[in-house]
Amino acid sequence: MNAPQPSIRGVSIDVRGVTKRYKSARGEPIQALELVDLDIAPGEFISIVGPSGCGKSTLMMLVSGLIPVSSGEIRVDGKPIFGAVKQAGIVFQRDVLLDWRSVLDNVMLPVEIKKLDPKTHLVKARQLLASVGLAGFEDKYPGELSGGMRQRASICRALVQNPGLLLMDEPFGALDALTREQMNVDLQRIWMQERNTVVFITHSIEEAVLLADRVVVMSARPGRIADVLEIDMPRPRGSHSRSDPAFLHHVEKIRRHFMALGILSEA
Amino acid sequence: MADVLQQTLPDERTSRSRAWFSQNLPVIAIVIALFLGWELAVRLLNVAEYVLPAPSVIIAKMVSSWELLLVNAWATTLEILLGFGMSVFIGIPLAVLVVYSRVFERVAFPLMVSLQTIPKVALAPILVMWLGYGIMPKVMVAFLISFFPIVINAVIGMRSAEKEMIYLAQSMGASELTTFLKIRLPKALPSIFGGLKVGIGQAVVGATVGEFIAAEKGLGYLQLISQVRLDTPLLFAAVVMLSLIGVTLFNIIAWLERVCLPWSRLRTETDS
Repeated sequence: MNAPQPSIRGVSIDVRGVTKRYKSARGEPIQALELVDLDIAPGEFISIVGPSGCGKSTLMMLVSGLIPVSSGEIRVDGKPIFGAVKQAGIVFQRDVLLDWRSVLDNVMLPVEIKKLDPKTHLVKARQLLASVGLAGFEDKYPGELSGGMRQRASICRALVQNPGLLLMDEPFGALDALTREQMNVDLQRIWMQERNTVVFITHSIEEAVLLADRVVVMSARPGRIADVLEIDMPRPRGSHSRSDPAFLHHVEKIRRHFMALGILSEA
Repeated sequence: MADVLQQTLPDERTSRSRAWFSQNLPVIAIVIALFLGWELAVRLLNVAEYVLPAPSVIIAKMVSSWELLLVNAWATTLEILLGFGMSVFIGIPLAVLVVYSRVFERVAFPLMVSLQTIPKVALAPILVMWLGYGIMPKVMVAFLISFFPIVINAVIGMRSAEKEMIYLAQSMGASELTTFLKIRLPKALPSIFGGLKVGIGQAVVGATVGEFIAAEKGLGYLQLISQVRLDTPLLFAAVVMLSLIGVTLFNIIAWLERVCLPWSRLRTETDS
């Protein structure tokens, strides 16, 4: 019943008037997110960029259903979410691969836990690994892989179940600049094949603009959406896009936002 | 093809053992020098045998009284294994309770930590009073003394799973049991083995101390008897046997660790 389909449609997400309050360790209330509204179309690639502590990771966790909203509502494919969203695959900054499992067994973990059909998904897992240059590494342990390779494997793990929704929290934040650039290109290629909805959180303005259909700019304390930018550049984008006037224009515009918010300053 | 294999394999083995030998040569040389120095010093300075027997005398003693040593070594080994086994079979489930139950974390854990500050050796006479002169008091001392490192390491290990990994498991719809079996427990294994390695050494100490208090057999008992008889070579022979038991048991656990966790050595290599 859960066999992978040739074309996977991403889910739609509606975030309506969502707020999130935490209690700090000292018991003081912290307003992490205030009245956030965001509609994400099926198959859309959304980047969220903002300073540390702007609640962008919180927003992603709320969409995953792993933590509850304080008020407001989140709908996935029109249905209000209740508990963990089944269609979500998640990639964190840390790859958190299981050291005692081979690369292939790590990728197959969601299939195992969700009790999906192992045969069809094994084919998919091998395809995914090959598509990110990890063919021949299926039986290696994560300890034998470089940081970039490990993160590639963890992306395959998120994608093996054909998730309608891919949530990525600074997935390339721990990688060196060159590896990161290559990972951006690889991620875009995979997304163009799979067409799942992506929520991609990053500190890097350039990365956000390069990858996204729309960039959501957030401000901090309390976390709010400051602006949403349409990035109407042709795909596939790559290193050449970084010198594109449209690209530079968008990057400059986001930078100016952060200057206005006092997060960045001139000289 | 087969010829090539047959020719290269022994070659490889000798070169590997040669490499091992050259690597460990300084250690071997120092150990040999130490024992030679000991032997010479005892002979040249005419040290009385009841004060410090020469290594050759100790070895001769071990050969002549091998049956006595083996019988008592077996008694002590049994106490160690039973005490250590109790620590494992009570300690690991208890660690699981501490990790999963608030009540246990708040009550049992501080209690264990405060109990840890009591010198277990001081409990030995009480245990003898309660449990008599048989094997039980020794097993209990070995258990009490090896219990704590095993529990604490298991708790630390089971808590070491990253919160992102737990989130991932939850988003996949994993039950608590699945999360424990597939993530927390395997993640804890290196730390658990660390606890076992400390614990086995402690169990040797516990069993020996238990025998010092009251016993009718065992290497600790043999030491007491030899001390009274001023049979210092036998005293030393018993020490050698004890350390042989400790080293052997430790290496069995280290071997089990290598077999069970082939990935863990990779991890430390990439981390360093």
